Amino acid sequence: MNNLIAYIFMGIGVGFNFFGCLGLIRFPDIYNRLQAGTKCVTLGTIFILVGVMIFFGFTGTGSKALLCLLFILITSPTAAHAISKGAHRAGVALWKKSVVDKYKEDKEGTRG
Amino acid sequence: MDTALQVFLGILFVCCFFCLWRILRGPSAPDRTVAIDILGIVIVGFCALMAVITGKDFFINVAIVWSLVSFIGTLALAKYLQGRDFDE
Repeated sequence: MNNLIAYIFMGIGVGFNFFGCLGLIRFPDIYNRLQAGTKCVTLGTIFILVGVMIFFGFTGTGSKALLCLLFILITSPTAAHAISKGAHRAGVALWKKSVVDKYKEDKEGTRG
Repeated sequence: MDTALQVFLGILFVCCFFCLWRILRGPSAPDRTVAIDILGIVIVGFCALMAVITGKDFFINVAIVWSLVSFIGTLALAKYLQGRDFDE
């Protein structure tokens, strides 16, 4: 029974990973790709690690999976934020159908 | 049930090739950085699944170290994109 629950969790995680990577290929813009890729893939990997934790129970391996899960949960959004800020500062243009750019407005507001 | 785990591994393998395609084709440097970041996270899940399939627990250690190194590398690349030095 535990194994079945673990496999279900891993399946959900692998599905999220697949659709995140599909979004990484199909979306038109770096910011859209960051949105799809980082969020979906982070959640998918967290689901996989929860499945591993259920599979092994509270042994050493399961505790390490929990540690890895917490670490990914903290660091992945930080890295995505840093990349998007760096891309905006490096002057990568938004997609031509994007409607709003609040960060640019903020920067111009503080300068002027 | 072992078949299910092998199918999961195959799907993650395809995901890795999607990321590699984006690294190859990405029009700008931040695209490649995003793809490298996501490739690292996918490989962490891959290592966790390998730990379940083989039953050896050192794959979880590999996953932890891989997530650490991937995070540090991504932060360094993001600093480089902002046009700053690494100690600012």
